[in-house]
Amino acid sequence: MTPLLQVQNISKFYGHRIGCQDVNFDLYPGEVMGIVGESGSGKSTLLNCLAGFLTPETGEVRFEMRDGEMRDTVTMSEPERRMLSRTDWAFVHQHARDGLRMNVSAGGNVGERLMAVGARHYGNIRAEAVDWLGRVEISEERVDDRPTQFSGGMQQRLQIARNLVTGPRLVFMDEPTGGLDVSVQARLLDLLRGLVREMGLSAIIVTHDLAVVRLLADRLMVMKDGHVVETGLTDQVLDDPQHAYTQLLVSSVLQV
Amino acid sequence: MSDYNFAYLDEQTKRMIRRAILKGLAIPGYQVPFASREMPMPYGWGTGGVQVSAATLTPDDTFKVIDQGADDTTNAVSIRKFFEKTAGVATTEETSAASVIQTRHRIPEDELREDQILVYQVPIPEPLRFLEPSEVETRKMHSLEEYGLMHVKLYEDIAKHGAIATSYAYPVKVEGRYVMDPSPIPKFDNPKMEMAGIQLFGAGREQRIYALPPYCQVVSLDFDDFPFEASKADHACDMCGATDSYLDEVIMDDAGNRMFVCSDTDYCASRRKAGHVGAQGTPFEEDAA
Repeated sequence: MTPLLQVQNISKFYGHRIGCQDVNFDLYPGEVMGIVGESGSGKSTLLNCLAGFLTPETGEVRFEMRDGEMRDTVTMSEPERRMLSRTDWAFVHQHARDGLRMNVSAGGNVGERLMAVGARHYGNIRAEAVDWLGRVEISEERVDDRPTQFSGGMQQRLQIARNLVTGPRLVFMDEPTGGLDVSVQARLLDLLRGLVREMGLSAIIVTHDLAVVRLLADRLMVMKDGHVVETGLTDQVLDDPQHAYTQLLVSSVLQV
Repeated sequence: MSDYNFAYLDEQTKRMIRRAILKGLAIPGYQVPFASREMPMPYGWGTGGVQVSAATLTPDDTFKVIDQGADDTTNAVSIRKFFEKTAGVATTEETSAASVIQTRHRIPEDELREDQILVYQVPIPEPLRFLEPSEVETRKMHSLEEYGLMHVKLYEDIAKHGAIATSYAYPVKVEGRYVMDPSPIPKFDNPKMEMAGIQLFGAGREQRIYALPPYCQVVSLDFDDFPFEASKADHACDMCGATDSYLDEVIMDDAGNRMFVCSDTDYCASRRKAGHVGAQGTPFEEDAA
C-alpha cells in the first residue's frame, strides 16, 4: 500500500525560535494519526504547515492526488493547493467560529463547499445539506438557523458536516473537542469515530487530551519543544511510554 | 469659460484616470485601483462617477446626468451644473442626444448606441464585500476565481425568502471570468448591460474603476432551479402607459392611493409627447409643470 501523505524533514522557524524541526512520517489511507504534546510544543505549527496555512522552511509534504501521483503541496501553486483544501482536504478548527460563517445559515455553511466546486442546483444543495446535518445529529428544522443560535457542541458538529460534505480523503483536526464539556465531548468523539470508519477517512488529530487520541488515533506522535520525541501505536505509547517526557505526560492525566 | 481647468481636474489626474479606464476596458469586470481625488462634494454623492466623467468628457460632448432615472433630482441637477460650470459642455435631458451619460442606480430605457458612454456611480465596488470583509482575501478570491461564496448569498436568499430576493446590485459574471457588482441598479436593468455603448464604473471613496467594453457578455448569477428573473412592478406607467419600463411607486395620500410612474423621466416625457397617456395621466402640454 502506498501512503496518502508523506511528510519529510518539515522544519518551521519563527526567527531564531523553533516551531517544529525535522518531522518525518507517513500516513496511510484510512489511518488516524494523533499528535500530542503540551502547549508550545509545535503541534499546531506542524498541522498548519501540513494543511498549507504556513510555509515550512525546509521539507516536503507529499500528497497522493486523485490520479495517484504524489505531489509536494509545499511547492504546488496556490490555486492548486486551495482547490485541494476545498475538495480532498478538510480542516476542523478548535473554535467553531474560525471554521464557520457565523452570519450564514447552517444549510448555507454546509452548502458552501458544494457551491465552491460548482454545484448550481438549489434543491440538490439543500438536500445534501439536510442529509449531512442529519449525519451529525442536527435536526432538519435547524437548517435555516444561524450558527450563532447553536450550542458549542452543535457548532462543532456543524463545522464537521461543512468539512466532510465534499467527501475529503484527509481531515486535519486541531483540538476538535477543546472547550466542550465531557458529555458533549463523548458524543462528538463517538460521531467522529463513526464517520472516520464509515467514510474510510485518513485524519491527523492534534490535541493535548490523551483520552481523545486513545479513542480515535491508530498511531501517536509525541512532540516536545518542536521535536518528535516518540512515535508508535497509540496503545503502545500510552501503556508503555519510553521517553521521559511521554512518561510525564501519561502520568499527568488526572484520574477520576 | 471659467477659471477652472477643463472639467475641474488637472490634466495629470485625468491622464491617471484614463489609464485606469483603459486597463478596466482591457480586463472587463476587473477592479482597477486609482488615486481618487477629493472632489467638491461628499463621498457617496458620486465622486467616482464625476471623476470618470471628468476624464472622459471632451469639449464637443453632450452630457446628461440621471439619478434613479430622473434628470431633475438634487444629485443629477448638481452634477449637471458642476460640469456646465467647470467644463462648459452642452447638457441635455434627452438620452438619445447625449454622448456621455452619468447615472446613479439606473440604465436608461432607450437602448444606447456605440457612440455613447454610460458612467456609473458606484458606492461599493466589491461584490464579495458583505460576505468577506478582508480586502486581501477578496482580491485573492478574484484572482483565483473562487466565487462559491457569491452563490452562498443567493442560497441564503432562497432559504429565507423562497426566491432570490436580491433586487438591486445583483451580481454578474463578466465574459466568464470576473464577478462584478453592477452598482445598485435594479436587476431589471441587468440584461441591458450587454449593450453597444461603453460602460464605465467609478467608486470614489473605494478608489476603484472598472469597465465593460461594448457587447461584453454579462451573465447574472443564479441557480439551475431558480433562474435569474429581471423583475419590475407588475403594472403599467400611470403617466404614459408604458408596460416595458421600470416603475417607481409613488404614495399619493394617506388614504392608500398610489401611482406607478416610469423611473426614467426622459423616457416617460418623450412617450407623453408622442401622445401616450396612462391611467392617471393627462395629455402632454408643452411647458406644463
